[in-house]
Amino acid sequence: MFEILERQDMADGTVVLNEISAPLIAKKAKPGQFVILKANETGERIPLTMADTDPNKGTITIIYQIVGKSTALFKSLQVGERFQDVIGPLGEPTHIEKLGTVVCVGGGTGVAVLHPITRRMKEINNNVIAIIGARNKDLLILEDKMKAASNELHVCTDDGSYGHHGFVTDVLKDVLEKEDVKLVVAIGPVPMMKFVCSVTEKYKVKTFVSLNPIMVDGTGMCGCCRVSVGGKTRFACIDGPEFDGHKVDFDELMQRLQAYKEQESVAYEKFLHE
Amino acid sequence: MTEKSSKKEKIPRQPMPEQDSQIRKRNFEEVPLGYTKELAVKEAERCLQCKKPSCMEGCPVSVDIPGFIKSIKEGDFAKAVRKIWERNALPAVCGRVCPQEIQCEGKCILGKKGDPVAIGNLEKFVADMEREHGNGDLPPKSALTGKRIAVVGSGPSGLTVAGDLVLKGHEVTIFEAFHKPGGVLVYGIPEFRLPKEIVYSEVNTLEKLGVKVECNTVVGKTVSMDELFEQGYDAIYVGVGAGLPRFLNIQGENLIGIYSANEYLTRANLMKAYLFPEYDTPLVRGKDVVVFGAGNVAMDSARTAMRLGADRVRIVYRRSRDEMPARSAEIHHAEEEGIEFFLLTAPTRFLGDGNARLTDVECLQMKLGEPDESGRRRPIPIEGSEFKLECDLAVIAVGAGANPLLTKSTEDLKINKWGYIVADPESGKTMKKGVWAGGDIVSGQATVILAMGAGRKASDSIHQYLTWGW
Repeated sequence: MFEILERQDMADGTVVLNEISAPLIAKKAKPGQFVILKANETGERIPLTMADTDPNKGTITIIYQIVGKSTALFKSLQVGERFQDVIGPLGEPTHIEKLGTVVCVGGGTGVAVLHPITRRMKEINNNVIAIIGARNKDLLILEDKMKAASNELHVCTDDGSYGHHGFVTDVLKDVLEKEDVKLVVAIGPVPMMKFVCSVTEKYKVKTFVSLNPIMVDGTGMCGCCRVSVGGKTRFACIDGPEFDGHKVDFDELMQRLQAYKEQESVAYEKFLHE
Repeated sequence: MTEKSSKKEKIPRQPMPEQDSQIRKRNFEEVPLGYTKELAVKEAERCLQCKKPSCMEGCPVSVDIPGFIKSIKEGDFAKAVRKIWERNALPAVCGRVCPQEIQCEGKCILGKKGDPVAIGNLEKFVADMEREHGNGDLPPKSALTGKRIAVVGSGPSGLTVAGDLVLKGHEVTIFEAFHKPGGVLVYGIPEFRLPKEIVYSEVNTLEKLGVKVECNTVVGKTVSMDELFEQGYDAIYVGVGAGLPRFLNIQGENLIGIYSANEYLTRANLMKAYLFPEYDTPLVRGKDVVVFGAGNVAMDSARTAMRLGADRVRIVYRRSRDEMPARSAEIHHAEEEGIEFFLLTAPTRFLGDGNARLTDVECLQMKLGEPDESGRRRPIPIEGSEFKLECDLAVIAVGAGANPLLTKSTEDLKINKWGYIVADPESGKTMKKGVWAGGDIVSGQATVILAMGAGRKASDSIHQYLTWGW
């Protein structure tokens, strides 16, 4: 189990796609759910929301950015090699219903998580407008897939090297002005989700975000992934990972994501050195 | 008094040789070094071999205590461990973690005038002898019945059920959510109190007997209970533990450096964060540590923090010493290792710096009032007694509630208002046909041996069901 069947470098090698054999998880997983992966005996448990599943083939797909030792270790695994442990599907699936016009906003590798949600939203006949962004053209992922999964796709780059020159929030504002949007789903870096929510709050449009706090067990046992939502402590692993974006304390989440910054750089440097 | 018994009373309780407290407080090696053969036999000679042994009444799984001690006295250690196995499949674990002082040793007749027989130390001794020097004989197994049982959770109650039922000839599969089996024995109890090698050796014995262990399987997510029945399982035992950490619900609790005990211990034990960066999982290594609570989990957390290089470790507990729920040996060991106790003290809020890192906890002094519903004297805050404790690491060890993951996905499994599974206390039968439950997910957070006791009752009932019907 957990053999890598397909592997692809994306976004100039900063992002990697792995298709992994995990029949039990593939059979059960729904858009928005995550898995926890551990590469080897000494590895750390890393939560990643699934980018795709194929129940017939018995595979799940993850797409991740290389940000430290654990993801660099994942990247080093080749086709035919295995993850030692994959656990899932965890978390609550995205609540998907027919609402009318739905806007799906994705940034960075968040686009990978957004894709199956976008696809499903369109399948049940929502009018889906997708807005995806990256720092520059080379870092943009899944443009074609997002195009196929939506009724209308807008692409943004921070440096203007491709598509709209600017942030996803610029395009989002235009869309919210013109269309009767029933729901926004925003998945990406925490600052992006925070800004999307501050925009949609002004337009009073319900917004779901998918959070990615640090986790250990992923089953509600440790409370590592606690986030403040509407002033209450919630566990992203069992209550989420999706929450009402207008209630999430993004600043606290950003701070908690920095908890092990020093240790992470020690581990990464040691890994690169070896 | 006969000459024989007066001679017995003269032998003092043989102390357990231990690692020196000043050395051990900085390493993760086991604290007790174990009895030698000579010490074990000498200690066994103290047992009066009572006709009506009250020690057995104190044992939740009714081990024949005088029986196994007699074999030690005769130098037949292999026979001694087999005597224990008749009632308890995990003696190496129980000898280390049972609260003997309120169970078997608490009832020992010798304890009335002096020190009780060191039953726990003797149990540990024979289990270790068998593991290290035994002939690897497995207990005899009944003929195969063709019945299949799924055990959900590989903690102490699940392992007990699996061991009992495999010996009765049933086919047993254990499903574990984590990547390693053992439950709280592996993620919770630290290496220096229960070496993980011992747990794996116990699991390995079960596997040799034919038990299958499926890790990375979250029942309720990866597979549902109804799907297990569809796959042909005849009965399911749920022993998933309590597993939902309680927080203090005070200001600043999400600052960096504040952990639930479950998280702190899981990182340290299961993920081996104490070996970072050889192992990848990080952990805040506090210099000034505060642990809230005074149970075994609090002692484990405090002693782990000390071993990870803390300068000061303080236990903050809102009641007094008499109410501390930890095993007396753990409190004693913690004190020897330099853990300080702030009793009758309750936290009111956490304070942090500009980067949201913990810097202080504000506490309040308490006094004891009238007994509350738990029978313990209720702590009452003393107004205006606030003071601050500087700290860069805080561990919250004030108990756990019921984890909803499995019960939420299984609608016909009845739960009570606290979320624990409703099960018959004698048989462990739940309201869902073919499903039994036991351990912390039924009782609320308790001890390893009580979970094993619940597992034992359930396995008897499951066997009866598989033989005769619901």
